[in-house]
Amino acid sequence: MTPLQVTGSPHLAGQDTTRQIMWAVVWSLVPVVVASVYAFGPSAALVLTASVAGAVLTERIFGKQGSLLDGTALITGLLLGLCLPAGLPMWMAALGAAAGVGLGKFVFGGLGQNVFNPALLGRAFLQAAFPVAMTTWPVRTGVSWWSLKGDNLAWPLMSAAPDAITGATPLGLLKFEQTHTPVIDLLLGQASGSAGEVGGVFILLGGGYLALRNCLNWRIPASIFLSVAALAFVFHWIDAARYPSVPFALFSGGLMLGAVYMATDPVTAPITNRGRWIFGIGIGVLVVLIRNWGGLPEGVVYAILIMNALVPFINRATQPRIFGTGLPDVDRRVAQ
Amino acid sequence: MFLSRLTFRHGVHPPEHKALTAGARIRRLPFPREVVLPVRQHAGKPARPIVKPGDRVERGDLVAEPDGWISSPIHASVSGRVVSVGLWPHPDGTHDTAIRIEAEPYSAQLPRPRIVPDWRALSPKELVEAVRDAGVVGLGGAAFPTHVKLSPPQDMPVTLLLINGCECEPYLTTDHRSMVEYPERVHLGVRIMMRCLGVSKAIIGVERNKPDAIAALTATCPGDCDIRVQPLDVKYPQGAEKMLIQAVMGVEVPSGKLPGHVGVLVQNAASVATIAEVFETGLPLIERIVTVTGRGIRRPSNLIVPVGTKLGDLLEACGGMTPDAREIVFGGPMMGASQANLDTPLTKGTTGVVVLSKAECRTQAAEACIKCGRCLDACPVFLNPQHLGKLAKAGRYDEMTAWHLNDCMVCGCCSYVCPSNIPLSQQFQAAKVAIRQRKAVA
Repeated sequence: MTPLQVTGSPHLAGQDTTRQIMWAVVWSLVPVVVASVYAFGPSAALVLTASVAGAVLTERIFGKQGSLLDGTALITGLLLGLCLPAGLPMWMAALGAAAGVGLGKFVFGGLGQNVFNPALLGRAFLQAAFPVAMTTWPVRTGVSWWSLKGDNLAWPLMSAAPDAITGATPLGLLKFEQTHTPVIDLLLGQASGSAGEVGGVFILLGGGYLALRNCLNWRIPASIFLSVAALAFVFHWIDAARYPSVPFALFSGGLMLGAVYMATDPVTAPITNRGRWIFGIGIGVLVVLIRNWGGLPEGVVYAILIMNALVPFINRATQPRIFGTGLPDVDRRVAQ
Repeated sequence: MFLSRLTFRHGVHPPEHKALTAGARIRRLPFPREVVLPVRQHAGKPARPIVKPGDRVERGDLVAEPDGWISSPIHASVSGRVVSVGLWPHPDGTHDTAIRIEAEPYSAQLPRPRIVPDWRALSPKELVEAVRDAGVVGLGGAAFPTHVKLSPPQDMPVTLLLINGCECEPYLTTDHRSMVEYPERVHLGVRIMMRCLGVSKAIIGVERNKPDAIAALTATCPGDCDIRVQPLDVKYPQGAEKMLIQAVMGVEVPSGKLPGHVGVLVQNAASVATIAEVFETGLPLIERIVTVTGRGIRRPSNLIVPVGTKLGDLLEACGGMTPDAREIVFGGPMMGASQANLDTPLTKGTTGVVVLSKAECRTQAAEACIKCGRCLDACPVFLNPQHLGKLAKAGRYDEMTAWHLNDCMVCGCCSYVCPSNIPLSQQFQAAKVAIRQRKAVA
C-alpha cells in the first residue's frame, strides 16, 4: 500500500503540461523543416542542425537539470534555423542560437522570465554581427539539389567563399528593383529566401493544429494577418506598382513564420486576450511600416522584438474587469 | 446576452467521473460503533457542548447548543453513552473539541417518539425557529446555518429562491441521487422555504448531465405554485452562488456583496430536502447522504451516513481502499480537503469522500510559468491568477488585496488548467489565511 498524500485543493490536474505543449510545437514544425530541406537541399539541413546544436548545447550548459527535456531549446534552435539563409556558415548559425538562448533567455533567469523571443534575438544578433552573410540569399532554381547553397562548412571567423549563386528575396526585389514576384512562386517555395520562408502553407497548417490543441493563441496570428492585410490592401490600392498586393504581403518574407511561431511565444506575448489583439495589430502595423519605408526589405524580426518590449505596458493596460464590477447595472446596484 | 447560453463565462470542464455512482441507489450505512461530533460543523460560532462524559443520549437528542445567532445546534446521531468531550481530529486538518458517543450495542437506534409539526400551521417565524432547532445547515460544503439565510435583513428582501442542483464538482452524486430518489421531498423543502421567505417564485437549476434528475423534478412539479426546473449547461464551478445567479438570471452579483443584494437566495438541493425531512419525521439533522467514490475505493456508493461517522468506518463499509489509493478527499476533488487521519469524522458539510488512485491525483512538481494565460481564461471571476501567483510567491500579500484577492473563491480552476502545475489556488488560500491572521494580530 502506497502512503497517502495530503495536498491542497484542487486535487485534479488538467490534461496538458508545459512539456507536452512545447513538444506539440516541435512536432508541428516537422513539415516546415521537411519543406525547407526539400527546397534548399543539404544546406538547409546543415544550418538547422548547427542552430539546434548551438541552442541545445547552451541550454545544457546553463539550464537546470533536465531542462532540455522541456523542448524549449529545441524550438529556439529550429525557429532560428528556419529564419536563416540556407547558405549561412554553420558556425554562425550555432553562434546565433547560443546567443539567442544565452542572452535571450538565461540572462533574464531562464524559461518564463525572458522579455524577448530567444530565436528572434539570436537572429537580430546575427544580423548585426554578419550583415553580409545574413543577406546572401541562395537561389534555388538552376542548381543541383545536392549542391551546397553557400559555404556552409566555412571555418569560424574565416571569410566565406563567395562562389554560390545568390539572388535577392522577393521583398528585396520589390524594394530595390521594383520587381514583383508572382504570388504562386511564394506559395510553392520557388522564390529565394530563408530556409523556412518556403513553407508558408505548412506553417499555417502547423499553426492551425496548435491553435486547435490550445497550444497557441489564435488571436495573435489572426490580428497580425488582419492588420497586415488591411494595410496592404489600402497601399496596394493607392499605388499598385510600389506596394505589394495582400497575398504577397502575407506570404513573403518571414511573416508566416513570425506571426504563427514567434509572436505567439507565450512567454514574450501579452497574457490577456485583449492585449494579444493589440500586440498583433502593433506587429502588423510595424511590419508594413518597416517594409514600405524602412531601410530593410523585411521587418518582421524588429516588429516582434519592439512589441515584445511593450508587453508589460500592454498587460497593465488590458487587465480583465473583475466579476461584479464596472458594469452599468452592477454599479447602480452597488450605489443603492 | 448570456441568458440564452444558460451558463457563466470562463470556468473549466474537468472529467466528471460521476458514472461511478450516478446510478447507485442510496443505501443506509449500518450504525458505526462510535461517532464523533465536532462542535464546529457549520460556518459561524462553534456550538457549546451540554453533555458530559458518562451521559446517556438517544438518537436525535441535543448534545451541543448554538452559541449566538450565527451558529447551529448539534444532535446525537446514535443512541449511546458519551465517552469524552475533548480534542479530536477535525476535517480541516486541525484538532477541535468534539463529543464522542459510543453506540449502544444491540440498540434498535430508534429515536424518542416526537411530535411532528405541521408546517402549514406554523408561521414563517416559527418555521425558521424549527429549522434552527433542527440544526439545519447548508449541505453543499460551506455549512452556513440555514435559519440565518431564511431571515434576510428587512432592507434586502428576497424575491427569488434559487435551488442549486448543479453539483458541478466531479465525482459527487449526492445532490443528483437526492433529486432522483426524493424529488417530492425537494419540492416540499422548496415550498417550506418559499413560505419562510414570502417569495412566490423558485427556480431549480440542474446541469444537463443529470437528465434523470431533471425528469424526476419536472414530473413531480406541483401545479399550485411557481417552481420551475431549469436545465443548465455543464461547467465547473456553476454551483458557486454567483456563477449560478449569472447562469440563470444573467446578472452579476456586485463584487464583495451577497446574492441577497440582487434579491436572490441560493440553497443547495440536498439541504432543501433536509428541511423537508425535518417536517416529515420531526428528526433534526443527524444523518446525511454522502457519495463515497473514486478509483481508490472498492465499492463506490451513495450512502445515508450518521453525522460523525469516522472515515475509517465508512471506507470499511465500502469494501476498503484499493492498493493504489493515494489521497482521500472530503468534498469534491476541486475544492475538498485532503484527509490525513482515518479517525476524522464526517460532518454535516461533508458532501462526499473521494478516494483518488495514483493515476487520478496530481503528482507532478511545479515548473516555470510560461504565461500562457490559461488561468485568466479559466477564472470565473476574471482575476489575473498569473500575477496573483507571482505576488503570492514573493509574499506581497498587501498587493494581492489590491489585485482583488478577496473576489477569489478558491474554486481551483486556475490550478487545474495550469500546464506548469503551479499551485495557484493553494497559494491564494494560504495568502487569505495569512492576511486574516495579520489583521487579527493588528
